[in-house]
Amino acid sequence: MSLNIIVLAKQVPDTRNVGKDAMKEDGTINRSALPAIFNPEDLNALEQALKLKDENPGTTVTVLTMGPGRAAEIIREGMYRGADGGIVLSDRAFAGADTLATSYALATAVRKIGNFDLIIGGRQAIDGDTAQVGPQIAEKLNLPQVTYAEEIIEAKDGKVTVKRRLENGVETVRAPYPCVVTVNGSAAPCRPRNAKNLQKFKYAAAPSELAQDDARKPLIEKRPFLGIGEWNAEYVGADLNQCGLAGSPTKVKAIENVVFTAKEARNVENTDQALEELIQELIVNHTIG
Amino acid sequence: MSEKNNIIVYCEYEDGRVADVSLELLTKGRQLADKLGVKLQAVVAGDNLKDIEKQIFPYGVDTIYKVQDSRLYPYTSLPHSSILINLFREIEPRIAFMGATSIGRDLGPRVSSALHSGLTADCTALEIGDHKDPKTGTEYRDLLYQIRPAFGGNIVATIVNPECRPQMATVREGVMKREVRDSNYVGEVIDLDPGKYTSPEDFVVEIIDRHVEKSKVNLKGSPIIVAGGYGVGSKENFELLQKLAETLGGEVGASRAAVDAGWIDHDRQIGQTGVTVRPKLYIACGISGQIQHIAGMQDSSIIISINSDPNAPINTIADYVITGKMEDVVPKLIKYYKKNSK
Repeated sequence: MSLNIIVLAKQVPDTRNVGKDAMKEDGTINRSALPAIFNPEDLNALEQALKLKDENPGTTVTVLTMGPGRAAEIIREGMYRGADGGIVLSDRAFAGADTLATSYALATAVRKIGNFDLIIGGRQAIDGDTAQVGPQIAEKLNLPQVTYAEEIIEAKDGKVTVKRRLENGVETVRAPYPCVVTVNGSAAPCRPRNAKNLQKFKYAAAPSELAQDDARKPLIEKRPFLGIGEWNAEYVGADLNQCGLAGSPTKVKAIENVVFTAKEARNVENTDQALEELIQELIVNHTIG
Repeated sequence: MSEKNNIIVYCEYEDGRVADVSLELLTKGRQLADKLGVKLQAVVAGDNLKDIEKQIFPYGVDTIYKVQDSRLYPYTSLPHSSILINLFREIEPRIAFMGATSIGRDLGPRVSSALHSGLTADCTALEIGDHKDPKTGTEYRDLLYQIRPAFGGNIVATIVNPECRPQMATVREGVMKREVRDSNYVGEVIDLDPGKYTSPEDFVVEIIDRHVEKSKVNLKGSPIIVAGGYGVGSKENFELLQKLAETLGGEVGASRAAVDAGWIDHDRQIGQTGVTVRPKLYIACGISGQIQHIAGMQDSSIIISINSDPNAPINTIADYVITGKMEDVVPKLIKYYKKNSK
């Protein structure tokens, strides 16, 4: 049976790759030096969706992301790997959103898409590591949720069977769909780009990308599947009081940068006192512990 | 003291034991409750809950809400969420804590969404303090400061929820200290009717199977890697590295030389012909630092090199260099981590 799957994805700064030039001299983050990437666990989620598409011919996979217009990059990336298309949810009104305001906005977009069986996303994004948006979307849409998924074993007869990876073992659950599944990093890695898809979707673009360079416009008019959707708050009918900073119950009171020592080796003496001080330093700056 | 506006901890329960992380949160909750002059409450939902209060009261708990139903164990998201959502609407806690476990991180967001209350995941410190909104100038007294690393550990943020209640936070196991307040402390047990706090539709997700299964090696996803090279010298010494990795919550990796020597499995090899890793912390033990190895780990945020050769090439890319035998240094790191980590 064919399925309609929405994959939730986020374009994130590569916080795992904080190298020498990623920190400014004053110890703050130089965000522009961090490459923007497809959130790793969202790629695991995409793979689960594409696997279901392989197993259930006729299935469509739509990538939904919230972010600036350039986030269309990850939708194209998803299309190169096998997704059918995607939508960027983009509006200044969404800026400064915490997880609750983010899930509210995404839930309104999911409602606008309307016809879906499964919403699959990564467990968490590496810039926040909260793992909250998936369950919160499920709650907003009044759907069951299955978190920490390692494998979606099958989707059959209105039910999805999922293997979950927990702290001390695994659990297999069966949930009726529509439902929300969030996928763990321990799941199968995403398949690479497919050469045919790369050819097919190379010129896919979102409206804000075309506004900067309209060379692709005539082509997209001829081939509508190359159009990446770009929706704003008004289009999805979002209540602005629940979006962005205004809709966020949590506020950031203070930010303290973890100042990294310059990349010059510090010799730590092989004495009890020096080693204990090293450990204390690593605990204080949250490297360990 | 009223039943409202208190601090409540969701207690996880498995095999007749309340989870350590829940007891740690009760300890923290008691401290904060004393500071605020409010009650400490606990909620536990599951099966075979008889006498569970004996494990909970000693942490200074004033009220335990107990929901006993065989369908509530093992944990599933919907009924446990419904219980918390309905209970919190009734007793309006000011603060709610749960473990940053696969249960707490599944449950917390769902509850916070339904109540439109802010939730901060994986806090490393929780404090009480005042807050002034920089825009409106409104002052708030006695808020919960939810302190956590963010942005891949590159910043530490203090989060507050000025308006919404409860102020919710999850904390990982082992972050807070666990301390019995008074082994004779006794509070009140309130049994809640599961039928009133859940609905039949909450039980649509079935658990087909649960078993213990070790996860595969996941070097790429590990924030901390303890790696050994030829200088480690033996299989036995690799066990020492394993111990350090376990203590710090990381994984063991190796250079090709150590894998070729047969001291460790091939799936742990780091470098050009193995996996490429970018952990927050890379501890290189007895690794000289051939270019092939460095290619697979040079983007690690912090590199510590432990080597008996002060001129080992790896030292040039390390942040910290400890010159000495790994057999001497590693046990000391374990000892001082254990001593300082709580």
